[in-house]
Amino acid sequence: MRKTKNLIAAFCGATLLLASMNAGAAPKTLVFCSEGSPEGFNPAFYTAGTTFDASSRQIFDKLAMFKRGTTEIGPGLAEKWDVSADGKEYTFHLRKGVKFHTTKNFTPTRDFNADDVIFTFMRQFDTEHPFHKVGNASYEYFNGMSMPDLLKEIVKVDDYTVKFVLNRPEAPFIANLGMDFASIFSAEYADNMMKAGTPDVVDFEPVGTGPFQLVAYQKDAVIRYKANPDYWAGKAPIDNLVFAITPDASVRYQKLKAGECHIMPYPNPADLQSMEKDSDINLLRKEGLNVGYLAYNTQLAPFDNPKVRKALNMAINKEAIIDAVFQGAGKVAKNPIPPTIWSYNHDTVDDAYNPAETKKVLAREGVKDLKMKIWAMPVQRPYNPNARRMAELLQNDFAFVGVEVEIVSYEWGEYLKRSKDVKRDGAVLLGWTGDNGDPDNFLAVLLGCDGVGGANRSQWCHQPFEDLIQKAKVVADPAERTKLYERAQAVFKAEAPWATIAHSMVFQPVRKEVVDFKIDPFGGNVFYGVDLK
Amino acid sequence: MFLYILKKLGVVLPTFFGVTLVAFMFIRILPGDPVLLMAGERGMSEERHAELMTKFGFDKPVILQYGSYLVKLVTEGDFGTSIVTRKPVFDEFMTLFPATVELSLCAMIIAIFFGLPAGMIAATRRGSVFDHSVMTSALVGYSMPIFWWGLLLIIFFSGILGWTPVSGRISFLYYFEPVTGFMLIDSLLSGQEGAFASAVSHLILPAIVLGTIPLAVIARQTRSAMLEVLSEDYVRTARAKGLGPERVIGLHALRNAMIPVITVIGLQVGVLFAGAILTETIFSWPGIGKWMIDSISRRDYSAVQGGLLLIAAIIMIVNLVVDLLYGLINPQIRHTD
Repeated sequence: MRKTKNLIAAFCGATLLLASMNAGAAPKTLVFCSEGSPEGFNPAFYTAGTTFDASSRQIFDKLAMFKRGTTEIGPGLAEKWDVSADGKEYTFHLRKGVKFHTTKNFTPTRDFNADDVIFTFMRQFDTEHPFHKVGNASYEYFNGMSMPDLLKEIVKVDDYTVKFVLNRPEAPFIANLGMDFASIFSAEYADNMMKAGTPDVVDFEPVGTGPFQLVAYQKDAVIRYKANPDYWAGKAPIDNLVFAITPDASVRYQKLKAGECHIMPYPNPADLQSMEKDSDINLLRKEGLNVGYLAYNTQLAPFDNPKVRKALNMAINKEAIIDAVFQGAGKVAKNPIPPTIWSYNHDTVDDAYNPAETKKVLAREGVKDLKMKIWAMPVQRPYNPNARRMAELLQNDFAFVGVEVEIVSYEWGEYLKRSKDVKRDGAVLLGWTGDNGDPDNFLAVLLGCDGVGGANRSQWCHQPFEDLIQKAKVVADPAERTKLYERAQAVFKAEAPWATIAHSMVFQPVRKEVVDFKIDPFGGNVFYGVDLK
Repeated sequence: MFLYILKKLGVVLPTFFGVTLVAFMFIRILPGDPVLLMAGERGMSEERHAELMTKFGFDKPVILQYGSYLVKLVTEGDFGTSIVTRKPVFDEFMTLFPATVELSLCAMIIAIFFGLPAGMIAATRRGSVFDHSVMTSALVGYSMPIFWWGLLLIIFFSGILGWTPVSGRISFLYYFEPVTGFMLIDSLLSGQEGAFASAVSHLILPAIVLGTIPLAVIARQTRSAMLEVLSEDYVRTARAKGLGPERVIGLHALRNAMIPVITVIGLQVGVLFAGAILTETIFSWPGIGKWMIDSISRRDYSAVQGGLLLIAAIIMIVNLVVDLLYGLINPQIRHTD
């Protein structure tokens, strides 16, 4: 009897001890006040950062992945890769033992392998693939990065080796595979759902290999994730991740102050000062991976003359623009790529603000009573938070050197369409946010000859520049590519098809209890590796 | 009464089809190409653009698009599929609609609960300090921009005093599958301790903000209707017969004064939906207002036209019910209308 009593006492004691241990190790929940709702959970369908934050950056992995907080690409689901001598074949050696998430709809029976890579890319590449049209999908990033033209075939060499064969050498290819559209899906899950007659579920209830798995999404309200206990790189330090969808920046700040969330994106510039003074908040900052510019139409006189373009650039008081338009949250741009990108040419000397010199050069070049249009975007963008205001400041600067400016604007879709026109009248305010951290993604897309009549808003096709960027595309050696891009930037500066105006600063307030959060140079939010005190 | 209902329906149905046309054309008149907006600065080739226009059916003449939309709507009850989320518009609407209804109902309850007595008392004490205060407050309430008012309340009650949560429908600590979509009911059904209190605390500020304008309108309308009725002969007669003020006002005056007030309350449903757009944005309230704004900015044609149509249908139904109520309160209406 006494023994029984002792046993009961011991059992109760052990239970109490366990209970107290459990209480000590309460699950850690990180709350992120996100700025909007994701369009969906298949990152291959969309182009918005808000959607990528909710999907690819938490739920999925890619073959190659960017080191957190940098634009440096490294191994992901592929442990390593070989590139053939002609630069046209990339052989990926896949990581073994990687588990897909287990959900209410799916229990994986095998680890990640080559079939999943083939499924992911063939779904986007092959228009006859059974999943190509599921969900009425369109693969805008896959198309936008010219993958259909670039890819010749994708071959499964064995279960853990996949070969991508290209039609031409493309040095930024690995960086492309680190982008969100290249998130790896489970082929087994897709097969199961197809057999069940519900293929759409693959896109609505995502299954990936990433550090977090989706628990629930209540539209426009909240997204809940839990840490993937089997994550190949080790379980995330936090146990739960919650996105509290909060569209208004002032309200996000109030929530952050009240402790209702730990991290918020896109603060109001007007709130930055008060955030800096707040003892509960750390205000993190980093230069954004973007550039805002004014693109002249270099095919129309007098803007076809580089001396005129350079002279006009000297009339722009960029510091005043940074103060008035970015409210200090920006940095003067001297190159067409941001300083966070490798190969940024630090030696470039910007055109100094010198209106007197502008007047002299314009007179020397025979430009008198110049009238021009400046196009102001109707929307707010990280690289240009107030294009109308910026246009007004430019109008004022140009008036000072005797150039009369008319400001025009169109609805955003129309603006993008009309500004592509080779015969466009006027200089256009626009900008670009990098996709993959590769200089090619700025220089070739925005200033290459192929982009004339398209993304190249200055309609500038300059052979010495073109030769450099084309050569850099096919060279595998990063040091050599760096030199080529540095020279290309020097040519750009001498020719001045744009007035480079600003790179924005990204500010991200986080509460003091948040540990090791890093601002993503791509403008995203990655929570793997973040902890709470 | 049956003939009266038929007459009212005879007005509602053509209005509904008129709305389908307006909803369909409205979003297409706005400049902007949904396919180009999807691509943003990256742009897309002419071929790709044409391919997507065909895929979404935007390449056909607008009148044909409208025809096929109407046929699908009437025969299959199909409101279309969102070109952004790729989900049926009706499903998206119904997921979010309970949140808007919950917020609007609470806002309306606040508006009626405070607006009616305020208007009545102001009318019975015409010219008093109370009357002037009510009318001034109503004017201020009516004129305040919702966005500013919402932020002000958040900063004061949530930020400074810490009495209410800043935004959302419930604390993230509580999680349960929605049953009815109404958070107050679902939180009770969940059985989780504190969930209902959390839902109530989240609802207070947005309901006050959304209810402010209807409250002001109801108070003013009640006051003027009461003043008019109080000067009628039958009220004077009732008083002359020696009836107490409670009976005169509560029984004779109020019932007659309610007729225009009920009409105004019916009309305020439309105002509530319009106000919900801003209120939902400030308070991160996952309702249809916020969804409509997002859909318009993305030129999500199907979502905008489907959403507009459903909102219009609801407003028409509410107004039909108000008309019927009106007839019920005042029998003269259904005989002469």
